[in-house]
Order: sequence, then C-alpha cells, then structure tokens
Amino acid sequence: MVNLYLLAALAPLVGAIVAGLFCRVAPRWLAAGVTIAGVAVSFVASVLIFNDVQAGHPFNGAVYTWLTAGSYRFEVGFLIDSLTTLMMLVVTFVSLMVHIYTLGYMKDDAGYNRFFSYISLFTFSMLMLVMANNFMQLFFGWEAVGLVSYLLIGFWYTRPTAIFANLKAFLVNRVGDFGFLLGIGLTLAHFGSLDYATVFVQAPEFANTTINLWGSAEWSLLTVICICLFIGAMGKSAQAPLHVWLPDSMEGPTPISALIHAATMVTAGIFMVSRMSPLFELSTTALSLVMFIGAMTALFMGFLGMVQNDIKRVVAYSTLSQLGYMTVALGASAYSVAVFHLMTHAFFKALLFLAAGSVIIGMRHDQDMRNMGGLRKYMPITWITCLVGSLALIGTPFFSGFYSKDSIIEAARLSHIPGAGFAYFAVLAGVFVTAFYSFRLYFLVFHGEERFGKAHTEHGHDEEHHGLAPGQKPHESPWVVTLPLILLAIPSVLIGIFTIEPLLVGDYFKDVIFVDAAARPVMVELAEEFHGAWAMALHAFTSLKIWLSPFWLALAGVVLSWFFYMKRPDIPAAIARRFSGIYTLLDNKYYFDKFNEIVFARGARLVGEGFWKFGDVAMIDGLVNGAARLVARVAALLRPAQTGYVYHYAFTMVVGLALLLAFWVLPLSLVK
Amino acid sequence: MSYPLLSLAIWIPVAAGIIVLSTGSDRNAGLARILALAGAMLGFVVTLPLYVGFDTTTAAMQFVESSVWIPNFNIHYRLGVDGISVLFVLLNSLITVFVVLAGWQVIKRKIAQYNAAFLIMSGLMNGIFCALDGMLFYVFFEASLIPLYLIIGIWGGPNRVYAAIKFFLYTLLGSLLFLLALIYLFNVSGSFSILEWHDLRIPQNAQIWLFLAFLMAFAVKVPMFPVHTWLPDAHVEAPTGGSVVLAAIALKLGAYGFLRFSLPIAPDAAHELTWLMIALSLIAVVYIGFVALAQKDMKKLVAYSSISHMGFVTLGFFMLSALSVEGALVQMISHGFVSAAMFLCIGVLYDRMHSRQIADYGGVVNTMPKFAALFMLFAMANAGLPATSGFVGEFMVILAAVKFNFWIGFAAATTLILGAAYTLWMYKRVVFGAMTNDPVRELVDLNRREFLILALLALCVLGMGLYPQPFTEVMHVSVDNLLKHVALPKY
Repeated sequence: MVNLYLLAALAPLVGAIVAGLFCRVAPRWLAAGVTIAGVAVSFVASVLIFNDVQAGHPFNGAVYTWLTAGSYRFEVGFLIDSLTTLMMLVVTFVSLMVHIYTLGYMKDDAGYNRFFSYISLFTFSMLMLVMANNFMQLFFGWEAVGLVSYLLIGFWYTRPTAIFANLKAFLVNRVGDFGFLLGIGLTLAHFGSLDYATVFVQAPEFANTTINLWGSAEWSLLTVICICLFIGAMGKSAQAPLHVWLPDSMEGPTPISALIHAATMVTAGIFMVSRMSPLFELSTTALSLVMFIGAMTALFMGFLGMVQNDIKRVVAYSTLSQLGYMTVALGASAYSVAVFHLMTHAFFKALLFLAAGSVIIGMRHDQDMRNMGGLRKYMPITWITCLVGSLALIGTPFFSGFYSKDSIIEAARLSHIPGAGFAYFAVLAGVFVTAFYSFRLYFLVFHGEERFGKAHTEHGHDEEHHGLAPGQKPHESPWVVTLPLILLAIPSVLIGIFTIEPLLVGDYFKDVIFVDAAARPVMVELAEEFHGAWAMALHAFTSLKIWLSPFWLALAGVVLSWFFYMKRPDIPAAIARRFSGIYTLLDNKYYFDKFNEIVFARGARLVGEGFWKFGDVAMIDGLVNGAARLVARVAALLRPAQTGYVYHYAFTMVVGLALLLAFWVLPLSLVK
Repeated sequence: MSYPLLSLAIWIPVAAGIIVLSTGSDRNAGLARILALAGAMLGFVVTLPLYVGFDTTTAAMQFVESSVWIPNFNIHYRLGVDGISVLFVLLNSLITVFVVLAGWQVIKRKIAQYNAAFLIMSGLMNGIFCALDGMLFYVFFEASLIPLYLIIGIWGGPNRVYAAIKFFLYTLLGSLLFLLALIYLFNVSGSFSILEWHDLRIPQNAQIWLFLAFLMAFAVKVPMFPVHTWLPDAHVEAPTGGSVVLAAIALKLGAYGFLRFSLPIAPDAAHELTWLMIALSLIAVVYIGFVALAQKDMKKLVAYSSISHMGFVTLGFFMLSALSVEGALVQMISHGFVSAAMFLCIGVLYDRMHSRQIADYGGVVNTMPKFAALFMLFAMANAGLPATSGFVGEFMVILAAVKFNFWIGFAAATTLILGAAYTLWMYKRVVFGAMTNDPVRELVDLNRREFLILALLALCVLGMGLYPQPFTEVMHVSVDNLLKHVALPKY
C-alpha cells in the first residue's frame, strides 16, 4: 500500500514540476493536462485508500529517515487512518474541481501554466500535511502550503495590493508558526520523539507534569504545549487576532480562494487540533482558550461580513466566521463535529467562492456588489448553485451545513468548560449574522435592479478591473466553470444527511480522535440526542424556543436581508448613517490592520533603524573608527618629528648625545 | 592510504593559482579562466574520495599525514579530518568552482590575478580545516587573510580601502591574541599538536584566559556581536566572488575554531562562559535581525542576515547537546550554499544595473522570470522554509534550544518571523511589483552560465533540505566524542 500512498501524494507533485519547470515553453494543454491528470490520479488513489482503511487496514510507518541527531530520529512517514482519508478525499476532490474550473477562469491569463503548477504543488503540500505521521512532517506541509499560498496570493505580482497581501499573509502565518514550532520543541524535549503514536501513548503520563516558565509559577506542561500548538492553528486557520491576512488574501485569483483560503489550507489548523486530540483532552485550560478564540472569531468576523461590498470579501469573512465555528467545536471536545463541519464547509464554501468567481467573470472582473443585481437572468447555473451554497451555509435543514452547524451549536450548549456559555451565545447569534450577510450577497448579486453596465467613475481604469461597459450584459460562464459548480453543489446538499451518523455517533473516528468522555461528555450527550438525520432536520421546524432555535434565527436573518436589500434599500444606508460609529468600526475591521500596521510593521522598522543607527553605526563603529582616529591623531602629533631632513636628525642626535653625556657625566663630576 | 588526499586538496588549488598567475597580463585572459576552472574542478574532484572513503564509525582523525616541519619547536606538518571538518573541505572546494564561474565574464581586469587569488585562498582554507598542528593552523589562518584582503582591496567597490583595512585590522587583532594562546599552550605542553592539547590539564583560571583569547580570534571571524561591523562593509565593497567566499567559507573558519580549539582545550571555561556565548548568539539572532530589516542596500541586508544565521551556529555550539551541535554544523553548511546563492543573485543584478540599492529596483520579475524563480527559492531558504537546507539547521537548533531553556528557544524562534520579514520584504521590493524604474525594463534574464551556477546551488539547497541525513551521518561519532570530551572536567 505504501506505493499507493506515495502515488497519491506524488502525482500532483510530478504535475507541478512538469508544468512549473517548463511553464515558459510547454503548451497550455500540456500544463493543464498533466496537472489535472496528476490530481485525478491522486483522487482515485485516495478513494482506493479510503476503501482500504474502511476495510480495516490503517497504516502508520516511515518512508525514509530524514535525519538522526543524538538520540532523536526524524522520519518522513505516513499515518493513514480514517481522519487522514477523509481529508485526502476532501482535498483531492476540491482540488480536482478547482483544476477544471481554472481551465475557464484563467483562460486569458499569461500565467496559465504557472498557475496550474502552483495549485498542483499546493495539493501535494496539503496531502503531505494530512498524511504525516509526525510533527516534523506536519510542519513541513504546514509551511509548504504557506509558501504556495504566498505565491498564489501574489500571483498577479504587478499589483501593489497583491504583493502587499502575500507578504502580510506569510508574516502573520509565521507568527503562528513561531508558536507552533515552540510547541513542537516542547513536545520533543519532554516526549523525546516527534512521532504521533509515541507522543500520544505517553501523553497521559504527563498530565500532571508542570514546568516553570516565569518566576515561581508552575504551568501544566500540556497546557503550554497545546497553547503553543494552537497559536500555530490560529495563524493557519485565521483565528482572531491572527485572522488579518485572510481577507487580504482575496487578492489572489478566485480558484485559489476556493481551494486554499476556504476549503483546505485554512482548515489545516482544525485538522491539526483534531489530530492532537489526545493532547488537548488533557488540558481544560487550553480547550477553554480554543473555545473562546473560536467564539470571538465566529461572531465578530461575521459582523464584518455584513458591511463588505466586495463579493469575495463577504465570502472571505464568512469563511473566517465558519472557521470560528469549527474552533468552537474543537474547544467543546467535539473534534469529530469540527471535522464534519470542515468537510461540509469545504464543499459549500468552495462552491460559493467558485460561484463568486463565475460572477466575477460574468462581470468582467468587477467585484463590487453595488454594481451587480439581477444576474439570475443571465447566469442561471451560477445563480442556482450559489443559492444552494448559501442555503447550505446558513444551515437550512436537510442541507449539509445544517447538520454540521447545528451539531456545533449543540456541542457548545452541552459543553461546561469555562467560556462555553459565551461560545454558545456567539455561535447562536452567528447563525443570524451568517444568514443576513449570505442573503445580502445573494439578493444584491442575483436579484433586484440591474446596476451593471453603468460607467462608474470611482473605479480606476487599469486593465485588471475593467467591469462591464455600458450596455454590455453578463453571460453565463463556460461549462468548465459551471461543471465544478454543479459537482460541488451535489455534496453541498447531500453529504451531511448521509455522513452525520457514522461521523458523529458511529465509530468512524474510533481510535483516531480521543475524547475524555468522563470529564467532558459532550459527544456522548450529542449521540443520545440524535435520532437519525431526518428526525434532526424535522426537529428544527418544530422547535418552540424561537430565540434558541438556529433555524428560526437563520430565517429571521434571511427575511431581514430581503427586507433591507429588496424591499427598502434605503434602510441600510440610513442605519449606517444613524450608527455611524459602529459602521466606521466595522468598515475599518475593528482597526486591526491599522494597529498592526502602526505597531508591528512600522514599529519593527523603527526598532531596526534604531538598532542600526545607534548600536552598529554610532556605538560600535564609533568606537572602532574612534580608535583608528586616535591612532591617527597620536601619529599626527609625532609626525612633525619625522621630517626626513638629515640635518634635523643630526641636530637631534647631537642634542641627545649632549643630554646623555650630561646625565652620565655630571653626576660623576659632582661626586668628584 | 595511497594518496595524500588532504595535501592534494590544499596544494592543487594553490599550485593551480600559481600557474594561473603565471599567465600574466589580461592578454591571456581566456587561458587564465580555463586554467582556473580546471584547477578548481580538479581541486573539488580530489576532495570527493574524502566523503566516499570516510569511515563514519570512528571519531579518530582520518586521512592523516604527518611529517616534521620545524623540529626546533616541535612543529609538524600534520593533517587530518574528522566528522566535524571533512564536509567543510568539500564545501570550500565546491564553492571555489562556483566562484571561478561567477567571475567568468564579469571580472574585466587583472583576470589571472583575480582567479589566482581565489584558488590560493581556497587551498589555504582547506589547510585550515585540515591542520592538526597549531602553528600550521595559524599560518593557514593568517595567510588566507591576504588573498581576501587583496580581493576586496583591488576588485572592490569605491570604498574598498576603508573596508579592506577595517577587515584586516579587526581580524588581525583577534589573531594576535590567538597566537599568544598558542604560544602558551606550547610552553605548557612542549608541542603544537592540537590533539595533544585536547588532553592537557589546564587550571580553570588559565582556561578562562585561553578561552577569551580564542574567543577574540574566532568571534571576529564568525562574526559575533559586537565585533561584527566589519562584515557588512567588507561585503558591500567586495566583488561578488569575494562576498561568496567570505560568507560561504570565511565565516565558517571562526565557528570551526570553536569546535577545534575552544571547546576541547578549555571545556571548563566553556561551561562557565556558556551564558556569555548564548547571550551574544541571541543578540546576533534578534538584534541583527532587526538591523537587517532596516537595510536599504541588498548586500548589507544579506550580510546582516549572515550574522544572524551565524548566531544560530554559535548558539548551537554552546548548548552542548548532540542535536544542537549537529544543527549548528548543518546550519554552517547550509549557510554556505544559501548565502553563496544570495550573493550570487545580488551579483547578477549588480552586473546589470550597477546598483545594490533596493530602491533602484522593483518589478524585476517582469524582465527576469527565471532569475526571479531561483531567487525566490534562495530567499525562502534564507527564511528557513522547510524542504530547503536553511530549515534543517534552524529547526535542530531551535528544538535543542527549547529543551535547553524555553525562553532561549523563544528568542531563537523569533528568526522565523524576522528572517522571513527582512528577506521577503527585500524580495518584494526588488522582484515583485510593476516596473517603476526604467533601467529594470532593459534587464536581460540569466544567461546560461549564471543559470547553471544558480541551478546547481538550488539542487544543493533542495537536496540538503529533503534529505539531510547523509550530512549528519558523517558528524555523529565525532560530535558525540567531542561532547563526551567536553563534559569531563579537565583541571
């Protein structure tokens, strides 16, 4: 089987190398063909591996020894279990869809081959991340997906905004990786190994180990490790306050927003914490932090989605908010629920991004929703699939998002760790917010007055952002774009109803995800409440406590957005004027960017400048040059004596001789 | 042992250098280049058996040669390599090939002399890594200064005289104290054999003085904070080849000295002064990282980045664990590849635009896509991205540091952020963006020679990042032996 694992991982790499190395000479069909074939092979292999694992053949073993040093051994290897195979299926399927979609989306782009190379390289990196059987390789994949994300955000490298965004994304992620690496270091220092299995087996023995970090305060070792690891997850999965890079990452081409910044890479943090469940389960403090951060992100990033006008940014903030939901589930010890939402979200959010991309093509690269409206007539497939995606996102009963999101809300309700109350409120309120911004987007884009085709002077007339000319109508996108939409719409509807039972109450994750059921019985209680997928959906309609029912909250959000944007479009503007303080706060994204810009970016530059000018130039070189100058000055004082004239020297000798004689002879004569 | 491989590794380049020198004036430039390349390649080829024939199961010196040199003072011509030094002989010989190639069309005057200087320097530096006699080491150590001094002083930039003299005085100051230490050791032991010195029993007080004397010599070379300010000036003024050798090899000499002299001869002093060494190393990592951020000159930026990376080397050495010392050695080799590549990349730009100022560039990717791709790889390696060689050493040292003390690990790990910040910010300003400076529009992408050099280095960087085991395998026994030796009190 190892060969099959290697095939699954390496096939996209081969595609990436071929398309990348020869990107300037290879014909387009070759680059596209070889990468799509690579990912398709990988997808098929993933299906085979999935079946094999389901048949009871998980795998954990090394492929080669990367490095040995002292008593430590670092290996590159695979851990293939039900969590891995689920991630592999999601990654390769979405990646395949995005590859096909790219045929249409990037049709006119000069960087066509390069783009295919990057997304295949990404697929390889992501597979290495999820297939790793040790922390070191996890970190490898972790940073590699970060690299590809960096390359892709900056894909249009002549745009100043794009190259600002990609640097920002890389650096913010590096802040997370900083914590992550410290967590890995602590793990190695205390467990003596970076192999998952070895570490997890030993973990319970360290439950009461404390370490001294500062003064006399003793910290639980596992709490520190888990918090450090979670900081890594906060970077990659864009949790507040390390979320700032994700909205800006929308500067990249839309296919990668779907693949990387919605479906796969940003969920790496969720995957990682689920993988580390044997460690996190031993630290309630860490879980509380996880839950709190997730709840903050879920609610407050949702608010930001309500005021965005750029279609991609709405979806981006929605992604942030949904990642917050997953994180809340992690904090509630409902890891399998988090992974479940990760999966459903991967489908419907990839769908929404690709639909947004289709709209953007139709609008000729105008992304401002204020210039859209009424597109349903012109882009029927995009319209329907986007509606499906939105319904799944807001948690409409029977749609996949309903099952996963409702389970998260239930998990938050059932959890009793510190912070669970706030988290429950946040995820519940978030349902209303999600429904509002999702349908705000939907109505603004597909319904109402047709606002496109008007000359908008506020836009620059650079080539990338032209938009529709007056009188031009949008067209439905070609089949290579709409086919992935349809193929993603199907699981967006159906995947939840079919998989909730095995994933959440069944034993799909048995022996893979570890939950301390005695201390935190959330999953057990969830299972007790569960009476089948149909019953769960039907129950949503019959819930009586309207304010605590996600379904009614979502409906309220939809109705309100309909009222605001279809019925009385004057109201939102009036509200924005009336509550201008709050609006400004939201419009400036809580001033996170400004704060980072001033304190961290400018601060670091100033510190660097200061260190350099005062430390290196003034002090050290001042001393060095000062010493040199001192020598020069002393030399200058002595130099007049060195005239080079023989009679000067002769005169000096005579005087000297006289003095010496006086010195020796005079005392003698005095004695006489 | 059939061939005196180490002598060949030292004297082939030197002899080649003398032959190249004999071609004289620039009329024979073509011949000089070809002879230089042949000499460099031959010099590299003879080092290959050192790796292939290396016995990884012993910590003893291998390929040993010994004969009397100056009997009156018991000075021997004694050579040998162990797991710590052998890789540097290979690295040095390989880099010399790249340097000769890098100067192929770029150096336009005194071509024979230029190439000869590099070849002779390469041989002398091999001598440093091979010498087992203190006096022989010292002679090589000092002699190698002269070619580098000449390279900066003759083929350097406008401010080259200041830089060359600063470089020379800085290193000379350290060297004099080093000589005193050697003479002291000779007086105590009656021998100049470094291996015999390793077993000397020296009082703690004397060990401290010895350690400090060594420190002065080696810290300047590494360079460690606060005796590092010669390096940015030297780099800025040096021609590309000079920068490459300086960063890739010359900086390693000081670090190597710590392992060959300071730690084994004065282990108790090393233990006592660990705090000092770690503090200076961390200052190099953090403080210099910030300083690099503020640089406007690409070469200065990479020079500061070198100092910061070398901070990891000294940090790794003085945490005295197998993981940290091997990590530091890996970092040294990796830095040899990465810094060489970074300086070559800057050289490629400089040859075209005659500017090192970041502000004069912008949008280079539009006209030089091949260059941009390779430069990206090296920038990422410089920022320590996994799967490049830059990651391996940093990873090992940071892991070892977290084990040693969490906060030391914390400070060391800031390089993840700082290293990425200064490297990629520079990359962004130079390579990405629209072409705002007109000369950038005229740029021509890499020619075949440049592409060949950078592609070979890229293979080295990736190969070492993906499979570092062959590198550390060689070190294990020697490092373990060294650590055991250092752990025993000696006074």
